[in-house]
Amino acid sequence: MKDELVERIENNPKYDELVSKKNSLGIKLGIFVLVMFYAYILTIAFNKEILATKIGDGVTTIAFPIALAILIISFLTTLVYVKKANGEFEDLINDIKDDVKDVM
Amino acid sequence: MLRVLALISIIALSAFAAGDASFEATKRELNIPAIIMFFAFIVFTLGLTVWAARRTKSASDFYTAGGGITGFQNGLAIAGDYMSAAAFLGVSGLIYLKGYDGVIYAVSFLVGWPIILFFMAEKLRNLGKFTFADIAAYRLSQKEIRTLAAFGTLSVVVLYLIAQMVGAGKLIQVLFGMEYEFAVILVGVMMIIYVTFGGMLATTWVQIIKACLLLSGVSFMAVMVLYHFNFNFESLAVAASENHKDKESILSPGGFISDPISAISLGMALMFGTAGLPHVLMRFFTVGNAKEARKSVVYATGFVGYFWIIITIVGFGAIAFLNTDAGAQYFTDGKLFGGNNMASIHLSHMLGGNAFLGFISAVAFATILAVVSGLTLSGASAISHDLYSNVINPNATDEQVVKISRITVVVVGFVGVLLGIAFEQQNIAYMVGLAFGIAASANFPILFLSIYWRGLTTRGAFLGGLTGLITAVTLVIVGPIVWVQILGNEEALFPYKHPALFSVTVAFISIWFFSKTDSSERGKAEKELFRAQNIRANTGIGAAGAVDH
Repeated sequence: MKDELVERIENNPKYDELVSKKNSLGIKLGIFVLVMFYAYILTIAFNKEILATKIGDGVTTIAFPIALAILIISFLTTLVYVKKANGEFEDLINDIKDDVKDVM
Repeated sequence: MLRVLALISIIALSAFAAGDASFEATKRELNIPAIIMFFAFIVFTLGLTVWAARRTKSASDFYTAGGGITGFQNGLAIAGDYMSAAAFLGVSGLIYLKGYDGVIYAVSFLVGWPIILFFMAEKLRNLGKFTFADIAAYRLSQKEIRTLAAFGTLSVVVLYLIAQMVGAGKLIQVLFGMEYEFAVILVGVMMIIYVTFGGMLATTWVQIIKACLLLSGVSFMAVMVLYHFNFNFESLAVAASENHKDKESILSPGGFISDPISAISLGMALMFGTAGLPHVLMRFFTVGNAKEARKSVVYATGFVGYFWIIITIVGFGAIAFLNTDAGAQYFTDGKLFGGNNMASIHLSHMLGGNAFLGFISAVAFATILAVVSGLTLSGASAISHDLYSNVINPNATDEQVVKISRITVVVVGFVGVLLGIAFEQQNIAYMVGLAFGIAASANFPILFLSIYWRGLTTRGAFLGGLTGLITAVTLVIVGPIVWVQILGNEEALFPYKHPALFSVTVAFISIWFFSKTDSSERGKAEKELFRAQNIRANTGIGAAGAVDH
């Protein structure tokens, strides 16, 4: 990559916007997934009796819907990220590419 | 080329026939539907390989299918890589044996995917070409980093390959009554055909077809189980807990995770290990751009998540169906025939008779073939792309590289067969766990820091990465499994089965330390190169394009 191109992109405010928005969304969603997962794992490690609570009069425990919820929520976070990234972030990238077309 | 293909298939068929001859010794009845479906799969995938071979000319075709795979197709292929025999047979067997503890495993296997999407997927696509070393060595010295990355790749690939080979040998032995050695050789021959002739294109399509077969087969099983209980999970849970010796305690977490250190350590191995598996990482280079790379993770997460839900139903279904009077035929001396890993296979026979057993068996075999093909391709690319064309002979032409790759595939396949036979008695699940541990400690830290940390230098990545690799291997050797169970010592020097928490931390700290204390001119220049790399990682400007198929 040419030095001039690097300079031009780094000085483009849209590039700053792209990087900070992308990083902040990734970190927020990443922390959310990690906290959810480790809350589950640590509950099992420290206090697994809570998860043995039965639902209503049945034998099924709340551990099942919780596991199901973690699977579904993990999937939904990927949907949220991709909707944002493939829409808004890609638009920003295309704008940046347009701005530096002459030196590419 | 077609003649070679035909010749190899004849050898494969004769190996199969030789297996039939020794049938009586194993006292298993000949499963005709299974063999028919198994051959249908082989013939179809060989046809596919011929089609793919005509389209595989350049090195880019060979390693990345020319970058022309769509996000949806790649998502299925990634999910296919993840839904290995260890996942399908192993986790359903674990649920059959321990109930809810197996579900914890399934959940832990999925959460790595969102993390890969948020921090890795698009950057891998934007920076890489054929292997993950392309990214790690992007602005660092090629020689050191590629050599280290190639060794990291090969250790993970070989461990994973042995685990799949052993699984394949056992499975075929039980299903078709073939000799273990013949079964392993058959798998080796088939994967060499797919990969040498069809490259990444054939490997990907074999994986996609298998993923579809596996998902539909297991879905059908789950629906049949639920149909029996009027689609009421509570009734299934009641039946399962009545039939299991541990009764209702199988419906909540048991002794699988006993202390917090092990829990966090296993979670780390599964999460970061996923982001360091070379055969999964290389799939991100097969799509056209960052947009498709992101989409592929969404599809993969969806498919894998769905797979764990239906596997849970199948696992509890196996308890409810097999531990009954009607299920007694699948037991010898109070043990499930072929071990607990065969629980879902026996369940398929109970639910759908010989025909469905045949289908599920053929799918299980296809699963192993598809996964070993991906692994072999990844190992071959580490040798031919990283070591040969970047370290040994930087002036190699495209044709030479492809030629070396094909030779390497044959060698890797051969080594896989030999090791598969040598390690027949090893525990599969443990070897896969070890592969994840090494991937998390040796590959992931270098890859992650090379993408995100400006201060990374060659010295830091090389010495730190090596420290991580050595720490992981050492802690495994002095840990409870190798030190106590295999070497027969009284007490383990390191008390935890999963070393990831410690070895990943050691790797990150030592990479940081050796980079920080690097005041060389080369180090300074490498830090300066981060700016251009970061722009390409974030925008894709300058990244390799796609080829339409």
